[in-house]
Amino acid sequence: MAEITLEKVVKKYGAVGVVHGIDLSIAHQEFVVLVGPSGCGKSTTLRMIAGLEDITGGLVKIGGQVVNDLPPRKRNISMVFQNYALYPHMNVRDNLGFGLKIAGQSAPEIAKRVAEAADILGLAPLLDRTPAELSGGQRQRVAMGRAIVRNPDAFLFDEPLSNLDAKLRGQMRAEIKKLHQKVKTTVVYVTHDQVEAMTLADRIVVMKDGHIEQVGTPMEVFNHPLSTFVATFIGSPPMNLLPGLIEGSTVRLADGTGVPVPDRLKQFVRDGMAVQLGIRPDDISPVGHGLSQDGPGAEVALTVDLAEPLGMESLIYTRLAGQEVQAKLYGPRIVQPGEVLTFRLALDRAHLFDAATGKSVRAQ
Amino acid sequence: MTVSVESRASKQAKKVALWLATFLLMLVMCVPGLWVVLSAFRPNREILAKPPVWVPEELSLVNFGKIFGFGAEQVGIPVGSYFTNSLIIALTSTVIALIIGVAGGYSFARYRFRFKGGIFLGLMLFRAVPGIALSLPVFMMWSRLGLVDTKLGLIIVYVSLNVPFTIWLIDGFFRQIPQALSEAAQVDGCTRWQAFWKIEFPLAKSGIAAAGVFAFLTSWNEFALASQLTRSTDSKTLPVGLLDFTAQFTIDWAGMCAMAVIIIIPALILTFIVQKHLIAGLTFGGVKG
Repeated sequence: MAEITLEKVVKKYGAVGVVHGIDLSIAHQEFVVLVGPSGCGKSTTLRMIAGLEDITGGLVKIGGQVVNDLPPRKRNISMVFQNYALYPHMNVRDNLGFGLKIAGQSAPEIAKRVAEAADILGLAPLLDRTPAELSGGQRQRVAMGRAIVRNPDAFLFDEPLSNLDAKLRGQMRAEIKKLHQKVKTTVVYVTHDQVEAMTLADRIVVMKDGHIEQVGTPMEVFNHPLSTFVATFIGSPPMNLLPGLIEGSTVRLADGTGVPVPDRLKQFVRDGMAVQLGIRPDDISPVGHGLSQDGPGAEVALTVDLAEPLGMESLIYTRLAGQEVQAKLYGPRIVQPGEVLTFRLALDRAHLFDAATGKSVRAQ
Repeated sequence: MTVSVESRASKQAKKVALWLATFLLMLVMCVPGLWVVLSAFRPNREILAKPPVWVPEELSLVNFGKIFGFGAEQVGIPVGSYFTNSLIIALTSTVIALIIGVAGGYSFARYRFRFKGGIFLGLMLFRAVPGIALSLPVFMMWSRLGLVDTKLGLIIVYVSLNVPFTIWLIDGFFRQIPQALSEAAQVDGCTRWQAFWKIEFPLAKSGIAAAGVFAFLTSWNEFALASQLTRSTDSKTLPVGLLDFTAQFTIDWAGMCAMAVIIIIPALILTFIVQKHLIAGLTFGGVKG
């Protein structure tokens, strides 16, 4: 059993705070992704779990045991680094077996476990090569092999895919997911890529400026973002945000347009409140070219400024209430700039955020 | 067609010119050395002949026999003890300078501490002081401490001469090794110490070898300080010993050249052995993963 718990964990470099007292529990065998922009403290948090950074305040527990003062080697974790950190002077076999050798395992036992790991990751033909003779994807696999060969309590991944090209990144993402299905272990995975976070995670932890913004399953975080930060960070292209004022059960937008407050949010708003109306591009679609056309909605004619065809869908830039918004058109159809289309806004799926705090009105 | 022929011709001409320039340069650099080596195998009268005898008429090992004390003629110079002294002093001071250099280089590369920049700058400035400027104060101190004419006295001087350079070179090497390697090793179960010995040290080997060769050659070849601080066969080194061949009225060029060859040979052998590391070391590219 290896659940990981962080209690009020703080990291400071001198007077500069990097992580400001975060609480998080990660269940046994759970795949948790820490995601956020660079400088949000996600890597520092991971390195504190690994024991590579001192913990300024709070507690880190692995399997119920406080590990604050344990060196990395006594935490029974393994880590995959961004630049792979393969030992350049050893071949793949020795790289994989290094940890076992240090632990004093017998040669036949090391050979057996290296062979198993090589089998899982398809590294068998590469065992006698040095890291310099491997491609990026192969190095990545060796790094993962080195992590699994020791049967650790938890895997830590520090932006493992950011050095790969887009195609390989997709492949390796799938391999990591498969690996987790095969080798059921607690995983903490750090990335700045929201697609990796969405596709891999059991639970996503969105971080910003050393704080946790939101914790939830990928769908929770996507469907119910608790702040404008999460709303615009998760989902691509980002959610459109339109400033407005609450007037009864209407959101009055900057140009005077009135939009009804979604039923599910009515109880959270009060008259005169300054808000931001959030609508995902997928919820603004030309009539007949949307994802879901039922439910309450509003239809409005808008002029296309720019269209980016992506094959089965197109991204459309237009203006709504005096502000540029992105919309999505599903199904192959050529759209010309200047064309006027009737868009349908799926208003029941809209979000409202308090303009002053940036928090969802539901979180008030 | 003509264009390509012309360009080929001009390419050829360029190549020839380049070879010629290289040859001239090498000539200037190599002839003195070659002359020393040749003279080591020639009799004094041929060396001193006027006009010079360019192509040796007789070559023999007589000069080496003389200085090592066998054969018919002998010179009264204890080359054997000088050689032993040189070897002991150069090797010991190199080993010590390397140990300090590795420890210091690693600290500068990996740790943050107070006055780090200042200390590093101080070390580099120390390199800039000509050693001979220190000879008098060192001599005075050493004479009080009874270190004049001892191997230890010279070893200490050479260590302090070499340490700034070894630290600087080795620091550069450790900087090239990503810190993640040591971290990965620690996660893999190593202590910091094990991670250093098993991962970082082997990767910095070329740099350490390069630093070692430089330190050895500096100590092996050093003359100015050694000539001040040594007196007898207890501590005199080979370069100082060369002076023994100059008497009041005569200079035994043949013997001197034979001894010079003896000084050159270990340096050549050493450089040859580590040249692979040395090239990697000097280009700073030896550790790219």
